[in-house]
Amino acid sequence: MSAPVFELVGVDKSYPFFKLEGVRLQLAPGQIMGFIGANGAGKSTTIRILMGLLPQDRGEVRLLGHSMPEGQALAKRDVAFVSEEMRLYPVVSLEWHMQFVASVVPYWDAAYAQVLLKRFNLHPQQKTKELSHGQRMKAMLLLALARRPRLLVLDEPMTGLDPVARHEILTELMSIVTDEERSILFSSHNTQDVEQISDVITFIDRGRIIESSDKEVFLERWRRLQLEVPACKPLPPFAGVVDVASSGRMAVVTTKAYTPELPAFYTQAGAVVREVQHMTLEEIFVAEVMGSREDTP
Amino acid sequence: MHGMNSTLLISQADPRPMYLQLMEQICQRIAVGDWPAGHELPSIRALAADVRVSVITVKRAYLELERQSVIVTRQGRGSFVAEGADVGLKLRDQELSDHLRAVASLSLLLGVSLEELGERLGQLRDELTREKT
Repeated sequence: MSAPVFELVGVDKSYPFFKLEGVRLQLAPGQIMGFIGANGAGKSTTIRILMGLLPQDRGEVRLLGHSMPEGQALAKRDVAFVSEEMRLYPVVSLEWHMQFVASVVPYWDAAYAQVLLKRFNLHPQQKTKELSHGQRMKAMLLLALARRPRLLVLDEPMTGLDPVARHEILTELMSIVTDEERSILFSSHNTQDVEQISDVITFIDRGRIIESSDKEVFLERWRRLQLEVPACKPLPPFAGVVDVASSGRMAVVTTKAYTPELPAFYTQAGAVVREVQHMTLEEIFVAEVMGSREDTP
Repeated sequence: MHGMNSTLLISQADPRPMYLQLMEQICQRIAVGDWPAGHELPSIRALAADVRVSVITVKRAYLELERQSVIVTRQGRGSFVAEGADVGLKLRDQELSDHLRAVASLSLLLGVSLEELGERLGQLRDELTREKT
């Protein structure tokens, strides 16, 4: 197993009205991590600490093997960061930006930058203040991608983009990880953006990581069962079941630890299992957040 | 066009998990003869980039297909369609069993007799053959 691309252990950061607590997170090379949380959940704070833009109060942060924030100059040679909040210089062109970035970074793939201009349908002569929101995001992504970084960190890259721009960006992101050494961390408050291309899914809520695992494992473990329950017979409890919603003789059971024994168990208990359904990442996210908020009021 | 050279496709509107969709489409390619025995499958990362799904999803699909002996993976050389695998048929047969099980359980629940089941099935088959001709 190769060393993680980044690693956060026991990271805390306190603000008067917000607290990041005990954040533990890591990513293996060649993987894409989707970082999901509601607005204000702590995604950007976590990312800014990882990038050394914000010092943590406590805990250890390593980025490409460098301790952060002290090692940020070295680490950032191989990391590119794009955030929705970043701005380009308004009065100069995209081409000016490309030349500027090329002159300050250790590696710049000029040929790839030209390919990206075409794929993203961007015009190098255009002043950046004339760019639409989607064009601006694609321009910033171009400036990051042409550096061919080992780690690409994207904070809410899809927010406010039209479907075509999203498609173009997802396609480009997927082409990056054909190289087994390159990784991507990207945050979103929208599960759909992340569901398709992420290998690892991390949920954050109220400053705490509530779950971080392999996407396939996630989608496999969470299931919803539609049951027909005999009258006046309560369903016996089963490990992993997080919710039972009954209406008349029908019950919907949600579990976070599905095994084939579960339907057999309910059948034994006299119920008829009508259907076993997979859940979308969005449904899982909502269930996880609700569950975690019940545990920590 | 970039990223469009694959005929495999993931549908967001399909409620089945993405790895199952991929498995089914790979089996289709094999069943129709596009990918004969010994044909090399795309690498996991290349296919992931092509259909824009995560590497881990493609890996899962390949592992399942391997488990069902539809494909074989040789370390460091790639994945290939298994010899003598009339996989399409095998998987279709499994699918048929699953549907029949559902029919059996529903017909018991509704009290539909075996004769009536047969009759209704016969009608449906007649309709399908008529549509095709």
